[in-house]
Amino acid sequence: MLENSYAIEAHELTKEFPGVVAVNQLSFDVKPGEIFGLVGPDGAGKTTTLRMLAGVLTPNSGFAAVAGFDIVRDPEGVKNNISYMSQRFGLYDDLTVDENIRFYADIFGLSRANRERRASTLLEAAGMSPFGKRFAGKLSGGMKQKLGLVCALIHTPQVILLDEPTNGVDPVSRRDFWGILYSLLGENVAILISTSYLDETERCHRVALLHQGSLLFCDTPAELKKNLHGAVVAVVSREPRRLRDFLTGSEGVSNMVLVGDGLHLVVDDAARRVPELRMRIESANFPFDRIEEVTPTIEDLFVQAVGSESGEG
Amino acid sequence: MNGTAPSVVVSDLVKSFGDFTAVDHISLEAYPGEVFGFLGPNGAGKSTTIRILCGLLRPTSGRATVAGIDVARQPEAVRQKIGYMSQKFSLYNDLRVIENIRFFAGMYSVPEPVLPERADWVLKMAGLEDRRSALTGTLATGWKQRLALGCAVLHRPPILFLDEPTSGVDPISRRNFWELIHLMAAEGVTVFVTTHYMDEAEYCRRLVLLYRGQIVASGSPSELKLEAMKGELLLVECEQVGKALELLQTGPGVLDAAIFGNSIHVVVTRAAEAMPGLTKYLSERSIAVSKMEPISPTLEDVFVSVTSRRGESPEEISVQ
Repeated sequence: MLENSYAIEAHELTKEFPGVVAVNQLSFDVKPGEIFGLVGPDGAGKTTTLRMLAGVLTPNSGFAAVAGFDIVRDPEGVKNNISYMSQRFGLYDDLTVDENIRFYADIFGLSRANRERRASTLLEAAGMSPFGKRFAGKLSGGMKQKLGLVCALIHTPQVILLDEPTNGVDPVSRRDFWGILYSLLGENVAILISTSYLDETERCHRVALLHQGSLLFCDTPAELKKNLHGAVVAVVSREPRRLRDFLTGSEGVSNMVLVGDGLHLVVDDAARRVPELRMRIESANFPFDRIEEVTPTIEDLFVQAVGSESGEG
Repeated sequence: MNGTAPSVVVSDLVKSFGDFTAVDHISLEAYPGEVFGFLGPNGAGKSTTIRILCGLLRPTSGRATVAGIDVARQPEAVRQKIGYMSQKFSLYNDLRVIENIRFFAGMYSVPEPVLPERADWVLKMAGLEDRRSALTGTLATGWKQRLALGCAVLHRPPILFLDEPTSGVDPISRRNFWELIHLMAAEGVTVFVTTHYMDEAEYCRRLVLLYRGQIVASGSPSELKLEAMKGELLLVECEQVGKALELLQTGPGVLDAAIFGNSIHVVVTRAAEAMPGLTKYLSERSIAVSKMEPISPTLEDVFVSVTSRRGESPEEISVQ
C-alpha cells in the first residue's frame, strides 16, 4: 500500500439485481483517520455498497480498492484488513459478554495480552465494563449493538465498515457508540458507516448522500448544507395547518412542512422574506409565537434535491 | 384546549414486574387533536404504558381512561376506541391491498354496509386508488406505511397509537405520512407517538420524556429546547479535536462535551460567560480555536442532558 493513499477508493461502482440498479456508478474515497458516512433512506444502496467493499459481493462494473486491495481480484486481502459489522452481526445469546469477545479474539488470532487490554478499553468506552458476565441474550438492543462493535473492533484493522450500527439504538447509547469510533481515529483507521438517520451526518467528517442507488451529494456536513437553494424559516404557531393554508402561494416560498409546533418554510431570501411574512401573519391576526431563520437540516436538502421524484413512483 | 375534555387521562399509574417498576407514578392528559410524543430510551416504560392504555396489560395501581373508558375495568371496550400501528406495519404481504383492508375491517368489526365507503377512503388517503389489486409486498415503503395507517384507522378510532412509525422511511414519504397524521389530528383524533428518534419527535405537538418509568420533562419541542436543557450549548471548532475534547471535558465550567465531526459541542451554564475563559484555557494548552459560538440545542442534546444528569446510563435499567 502506498504512503498517503486512500483507505477506500470507489470508482463508478455499479451493482444490478434483477429489475433494479441497487448501486449506480458510485464514486467516492475515504482517507485514513476519517469517518465517512453513507447516508440515505432504506433502499438507497447503502448495504449493497458496504457488501461490495467488504469483498462479499461482486460489482457488475466499476472498481474499488479497500486498504489497497482490489475488491474483485483480491477479496481475501480485503477481508484480512478490514472489520465489517453487518446489520445481523453474529453475537451468541447464550455466551456472556466476555465470552463473545474472547470468541472473536480467537477468530482474529489475537494474543492473550493484546486482547485483554483492548477489550477492557473498548468495554470502558461503551459504558459496559460492569456487564462482562451477563449473557448477550439478556442485553438491551443498544447494549447488543455496542457489544457487536466491541467484538468487531477487537483486532486493529485499517478499515472499518459498519452497516447501520445505530439502528434502534437510543440517543445516549448512540453517543457512546460514536465516542468509541472517534477514539479509534488516533490509530489512523478509516471508518465507513451507513445510517438512515439524516441527523447522524453531522457526526461524520464527510458524507455521501444516497438516493435510489445514486450519489446526490458528497461533502462535509457544513459544505453540504450550502447546496440548499435559499434558506429555512421556522414559524412557531398553535395553528400550523391553518397558517400553511394562509401562506400558500406567498412570494418566494417554495416549500412548507408542518412540524410539531409550527411550520418550516423554504424561502429564496430570508432577510427579505422573514419581515414580509411576519407582516402578513400579523396583519391577519394569526396566532404565532415567533418567526426566525433556522439552520437547514440535511433532510431539508434531501427533500429539495429529490423533489417530486420520491421513492414512491 | 379550553373547554374540551381530555381523551386520555392517566393518573398516578404504576406497573411493577416483580421488584422492577416499569411505570412509576405517571400522570398525564392528552386532548382531542393533539399529537402527543412519548420519548425515552429502551426500557424507559414507553411500551408498558402504551400496552396499559390499549387494555393489554393491567396496571398495578393508579388509573387510566381512554375515551372515557377505564382501561383496567373494560379492556375490550377500549380496543374499539383505538388504532395501533407499529414500525413493522403488520400487513400481509401476500394479500392484495384491498384484501388487507377487508381483513383489518373484519378485525375491527367495521359494519359491512359502511365498508365500501371506508375502503375507498383508505385507498384515497394512501394514494392507492389505482393499485387496489396490487400485491401488498410489491408496494414501496411509503405506500405500505400509509396503507398500514389506513388499516389502523378503518374503524375511525378517536385515539391512535403509533410506535416508531417512520424509522428508515425516506424523508419525502415521511413528510407525506406526517401530513396525514396532522390531518387526522385536525379532525380531532388524539395521536400518541412512541419513539426514540428525535426527528420523529419534532413532528409532535407536545412531548413527554420518560426515564426509568418516570416523566422527567414535558413540553412542546421548542419549549423543551429552550427550557429543559441544563445549561447552554457551544460549538467549538479548533485544531487537534481529539485532544481538545479531552481538555474540554475537564475544562472550567464545562458540564459535558461531545465530538461532532470536525467540531465539539460543549454544554456550559452560561454561554456568554464561559466563552472567553474556554478560549484562553485552550490556547494556554496550545490549541488554537478557530470558532466558538452559542448554538441552539437539538432535541437529542436535551434528551441526553435530561437523562444523564440522573446518574447512570439509562441502559442499565433496560437489561433487568
